[in-house]
Amino acid sequence: MTKRFGGLVAVDNVTFDVEEGEVFALIGPNGAGKTTMFNCITGFYKPTLGTVTFRNRNLTGSPPHRTAKAGIARTFQNIRLFDYMSAIDNVRLGHHCRMHSKLWDSLFKTPFERGEERRITEHSMELLDLVGLGRQAENYARNLAYGQQRRLEIARALATDPKLLLLDEPAAGFTPQEKVELMELVRTILARGITVFLIEHDMRVVMEASQRIVVLDHGEKIAEGPPIEVRNNPRVIEAYLGKSA
Amino acid sequence: MTRAQEFVRSNVRNPNAITYFLLAISALFFPAVVQFATGGSGDYLVGLAADGGVYMLMAIGLNVVVGFAGLLDLGYAAFFAIGSYTYALVASNHLGVTPIGHSLHVPFWLALFIGMFVAAGAGALLGAPTLRLRGDYLAIVTLGFGEIVPRVFRNGGVWTGGVPGISALDVPKLPGWFVGPWVGLDFGWVPDFRFTSANLTAYYVLMVVLITFVVILVNNLHGSRLGRAWMAVREDETAAAASGVNTVTIKLLAFSIGAATSGFAGAFYGAKLSYVSGENFGFIVSVTVLAMVVLGGMGNIPGAMLGAIVLYFILFWLLPNAPQQIEGLASSLGLGWLNQSTPDGWPGIAEVVSRSKYVIFGLILVGIMLLRPQGLLPSQIRKQELKHGEHEAIAAPRQLQA
Amino acid sequence: MVQRLRASVITTPTASLINMVGIAVVVVAVVAAAQRIHQQGATYFFQTMGFGLAEGAIFALVALGYTMVYGIIELINFAHGDVFTLGAFFSLALMPTLGLTEGKISGAALILPLLGLFIVTMLFCALVNVVIERVAYRPLRRAPRLAPLITAIGMSALLEGVMNVWRGPFNLHYPDFLPEYQIPLGGDVTISAKAVTVIVVAVVLMVALTLFVNRSKLGKAMRATAQDRDAAQLMGIDINRTISATFFIGAALAGAGGIIYGLYYNSVQAFDGFQYGLYAFTAAVFGGIGNIPGAALGGMLIGIIFAISDGYFSVAWTQVLIFAILIFVLVFRPTGLLGMRVPEK
Repeated sequence: MTKRFGGLVAVDNVTFDVEEGEVFALIGPNGAGKTTMFNCITGFYKPTLGTVTFRNRNLTGSPPHRTAKAGIARTFQNIRLFDYMSAIDNVRLGHHCRMHSKLWDSLFKTPFERGEERRITEHSMELLDLVGLGRQAENYARNLAYGQQRRLEIARALATDPKLLLLDEPAAGFTPQEKVELMELVRTILARGITVFLIEHDMRVVMEASQRIVVLDHGEKIAEGPPIEVRNNPRVIEAYLGKSA
Repeated sequence: MTRAQEFVRSNVRNPNAITYFLLAISALFFPAVVQFATGGSGDYLVGLAADGGVYMLMAIGLNVVVGFAGLLDLGYAAFFAIGSYTYALVASNHLGVTPIGHSLHVPFWLALFIGMFVAAGAGALLGAPTLRLRGDYLAIVTLGFGEIVPRVFRNGGVWTGGVPGISALDVPKLPGWFVGPWVGLDFGWVPDFRFTSANLTAYYVLMVVLITFVVILVNNLHGSRLGRAWMAVREDETAAAASGVNTVTIKLLAFSIGAATSGFAGAFYGAKLSYVSGENFGFIVSVTVLAMVVLGGMGNIPGAMLGAIVLYFILFWLLPNAPQQIEGLASSLGLGWLNQSTPDGWPGIAEVVSRSKYVIFGLILVGIMLLRPQGLLPSQIRKQELKHGEHEAIAAPRQLQA
Repeated sequence: MVQRLRASVITTPTASLINMVGIAVVVVAVVAAAQRIHQQGATYFFQTMGFGLAEGAIFALVALGYTMVYGIIELINFAHGDVFTLGAFFSLALMPTLGLTEGKISGAALILPLLGLFIVTMLFCALVNVVIERVAYRPLRRAPRLAPLITAIGMSALLEGVMNVWRGPFNLHYPDFLPEYQIPLGGDVTISAKAVTVIVVAVVLMVALTLFVNRSKLGKAMRATAQDRDAAQLMGIDINRTISATFFIGAALAGAGGIIYGLYYNSVQAFDGFQYGLYAFTAAVFGGIGNIPGAALGGMLIGIIFAISDGYFSVAWTQVLIFAILIFVLVFRPTGLLGMRVPEK
């Protein structure tokens, strides 16, 4: 697809497929258009040209809540948590599009509503345990440590029951130990049948965690393939290090 | 420990629970105390309190829009007007005067609900195209709407009774009601009870019951899937959308529910007054309710209720009566010259006090926002915001983003 | 910064339907107006137009303040309309000191005192607005969007309350110093000198403003800050001072507008500013919010629409019409006639 902002071409005729069950990575120097791609896929931007197809459904231009409902969840580069809601409430919110309580149920606290709330509370605790935040459930998101906040965002995204999880720089600011734990988490997520698509700057993480990589530079796709190939691709090296004099 | 003891234990320090408790107690004993204190002529005060209940209902409703969902609605009085006029049209002789020719006399309860649904519909109609606007544009649009609606009613000619409005609305009637010594009669059950100005206590009780019902419902909403979605949308709309929340629908629901509450209050008010006219639904009503919510604590139901009581008391009891009191006070302090109006413009201190309604609004709104934005009774969220402001962040410093 | 899709309940087919309906409504209105204009004759038309342009000029002066403030901090200064009224009130109180007593002074002797009146009033209003910004808006610059909006409303209420306490809710008489005669335009058609004076004074002020914004260093700083606050700061521009200056200038214009309003209509009331402010804001949005020529154009157009509606249709519906325009512009074309798109969130 292509995405233009007025005269600026952020993404220029980039095409790729993400296979189910893999860890797919999108890398490139700053300003390459990676987050723009994420925004186009999840419906925050409408592509100028081209399509977004997910599991045989055309999601091009679908608003974000629809893509979430279709099974694509995401985290944000700058962490967007509900700061003044508790950790478990953040995760509960993720269940919103999978719940069926209507206005009537909410107004009168029907048994159906109460049952559903119980169910999602249980599931939210499960997810918090999965990311290692079980003890922090009642803490406000604002008060969590940085690493905990990133993991909470992942838990919330998982609550939407996605088939594809988009992680935007999930390891940014992580200590080496945290990065190891993150890769472990990604493996666990994969094991649950969720495909992972990540944007990442840390090459170690990318090379170790992903099966295939696509590389963008100034909005164009310059390489695609398994980590070994991409790492040795001269165009990729040039993009990151610049042309030698 | 019994469940009751557990319940009390866990709530005894909770300011919200305390407020609910105090409100309930005072609601229960208010009429009796008032009658006692005034030697039996407390009817006026009880009626005043019943009218205050109308504002309280509106505050609770606006709190859903502004406090829960974070949408600034400056034309809230428009829905109040729509509720009132709907009641007037379906429960009076008025339709007989219009080209339609037949008048409707829908039973009281049904008419209240019709008023509520029409107002909700109007809210949905206004909200659908406008809720996607950014906050300040939305505020102005609702302000414009709030200006248009009463004027349309005033200009509506024979359909809306024009400037004089519609009078002789059907009096509220219930299939039955209790009377007793509090209105000077023996205990008894009166079938086909008509609410008249002779029995303001009945209005008061009805108001308390209605408010209790609404508070329970809104509380349910707050703790439900919908309430959580509102909070999320208010905190970070982008994140909420990414997490599967249809932000437009959610906002629309908040807006319509707020409108419904306002319309319901309006229908009740019209019925009690037995009269509607376009004069009573201006910006001052909208800004009064907003000030109540802001003062009491945005996003907190007992806060909105408390704000309603405090501000209503100030505006409808203190301000009207203060001029006399102050005049008396000034005279007794030897400052009697303050009471006289002078030719170069000083209108006498009594007049000055009675003109200060807007000054009070302004001071409350600005003061609260600058000094105590969480209001008198902060919501849980605001408490956290305040806590964060006071202490260092526990979170590790964030990475500078590229 | 993630820019949101313009998510809308109105999908494209409905949008074009509404567009067509809107155009049809405008066409019908214009035809109806044209018909009535023709009926009532040229003299009445030019009188009405004169009135409309004068009114529009005043709207424009006030609209400029709204648009400049919105352009620079994206806040609707609800209190702006009341600063306008304050200008009228203040100038009224100042008049005796300057020897401006109605009926006792006229002609060339008026020029100096009136000039003094304008200058002092404009300064006063400017200072008031700067204080308002300092006290009510600046502390809340980083707060959630709702907070400064509420303080703005509070400020508006406060100003109205103060004026109400000061002079009461009555309609105050404002002296008439404008020339009384009619300027002939050919045939039976005349235009009132009053209207012309108002328009000329307003235009002079607006031209002065435009020159200032385009040529002066401060004007450049204002434009830069409006476009990108962070970049402007990095360039060494003192943001706080620039914003204060914007409030200063906007209110000065509003204060002038208040005097002109008083001179033209000869009556001011404490709560006039609320509605008038809304009309002016409608004008600002209509012409394009954040856009100075847009505010001027919007003001003139709204003034003309106002006058035509009043003069040829019904006064009772004029207000509804203007507010309806406000809503429609914000919903369907928030950029107005000349404005640039303001990104949502």
